[in-house]
Amino acid sequence: MNDGVLSNVLIVVSLTLVLVGAAAVVLTRHPSKQAVVLSCYGLLLTILFVAFQAPDVALSQVAIGTAVVPLIVVLSIRKISLIRAEHTRATDQKEGK
Amino acid sequence: MTRRIRLVVLVVGIVAFAAAMSLAFTGMPHFGGDIHAYRDAAVSGTYAHDTANVVSSINFDQRGFDTFGEETILFCTVVGVAALLRPVHRERRREVSDAGLVLESTGLLVYVLFPLTIVLGVNVVAHGAVTPGGGFQGGVILSTGIHLLYVGGRYSLLRKLRPLVWFQQGEALGVVLFGALGIAGAALGSALFANVIPQGQLSDFISSGTVPLFNIAVGMTVCSSVIVLLASFLDQTLAIRADAGNDSVRKPRSGFEEGSAS
Amino acid sequence: MNYYAYFVAVGVMLLGVVGIATSRSLVHAVVCLSVAQSGTYVLLIAVGFQYGGVAPIFGGQVGRTTAVVDPVVQALALTDIVVSAAVTSMLLALVIQIAKRHQAIDPDRLGRLEG
Repeated sequence: MNDGVLSNVLIVVSLTLVLVGAAAVVLTRHPSKQAVVLSCYGLLLTILFVAFQAPDVALSQVAIGTAVVPLIVVLSIRKISLIRAEHTRATDQKEGK
Repeated sequence: MTRRIRLVVLVVGIVAFAAAMSLAFTGMPHFGGDIHAYRDAAVSGTYAHDTANVVSSINFDQRGFDTFGEETILFCTVVGVAALLRPVHRERRREVSDAGLVLESTGLLVYVLFPLTIVLGVNVVAHGAVTPGGGFQGGVILSTGIHLLYVGGRYSLLRKLRPLVWFQQGEALGVVLFGALGIAGAALGSALFANVIPQGQLSDFISSGTVPLFNIAVGMTVCSSVIVLLASFLDQTLAIRADAGNDSVRKPRSGFEEGSAS
Repeated sequence: MNYYAYFVAVGVMLLGVVGIATSRSLVHAVVCLSVAQSGTYVLLIAVGFQYGGVAPIFGGQVGRTTAVVDPVVQALALTDIVVSAAVTSMLLALVIQIAKRHQAIDPDRLGRLEG
């Protein structure tokens, strides 16, 4: 029964961590910080899947949720700030002419 | 719609949704109970085909057609992203230098981790039917391994190691292979995506019939599609810039040089 | 305890939805959508869990009679994760296109649709 209590504690803790992690991702308004928080949240989900005896899901979550998706988010944020910088430069030039 | 109305709609929706969900959950079997009808059916099906990893067996043997649908979703997404992010007529491509500042320890770590990750990815794909893992996970690990070179500041090396055309064709080939295996199941066996190869001994490396072959096909597709996907985004961020030529004055180049690989 | 896992799943999903509705940036909204979708993984995995069940990989110690957790929902969650990544990347590509055309990614400032 000791084993059961231990796994119960593990499950409750990992579920709570996931809930807190999701709140952190949503409440982080700054997009580039959010990418880092999203990566950590992916790791918390991985821990949850391991606690729930789902190694296959955990493996794909760790590869996709903590590496690929945050990388795509970071690249998009960087591209968008570049677009804005180019736009401001272009308008500045027009006004300066 | 103003922000205020939107918030009101949101609160109403959340309250209704939460109420409906609580009602549904009270009628569900208790959490952690031992009644799982689908589990029992899936386990006996998996045993009949001598596959060790039940999840792989479900994905590639029992639900092969669904996974084919998922493959197609992935394929279409990659085509869509590549079409959306291709350089358009008012943009130009610039040369990307490896001048970004990378710590020496980071570089060393990348050189150690790069081969390890590739080997791990291949291993996860190959043992998909026996241990946790399979085509999806292994494919993603392989493609992340290749992109470690970008972390190490070697974008030019990444581009050399990643002839994009091969991966574009590899992706298509993977999908075609998957479909062909499914049709082979229909031709030689009883149904589409039937497991027609002798299944061998449970837990052996060569076991569970067509499952390892499906794993390889999926691994090819997933690895290639993630690489093509990331390549489109990397290209946009590093190489593609709006063309200044349309706005009469051509501006000095120096403005574009900031932080190439940070 | 009985309903805590389900409560967390719905909570995660609703947090994501609230994030989308109150978002000031389309990138933030897309990330919140992926959080909302992650609520479904938690629900799926929680539905298939069994106390004392082990991971559904047969081998030396795990045999026909051993209690395993439900592998069907795990296969569904696996599909879910891959599709979520595909959706996120597609939406981010669209956000980049919007940024190129309008220079703004605040949903409140993108009033009308255009073709």
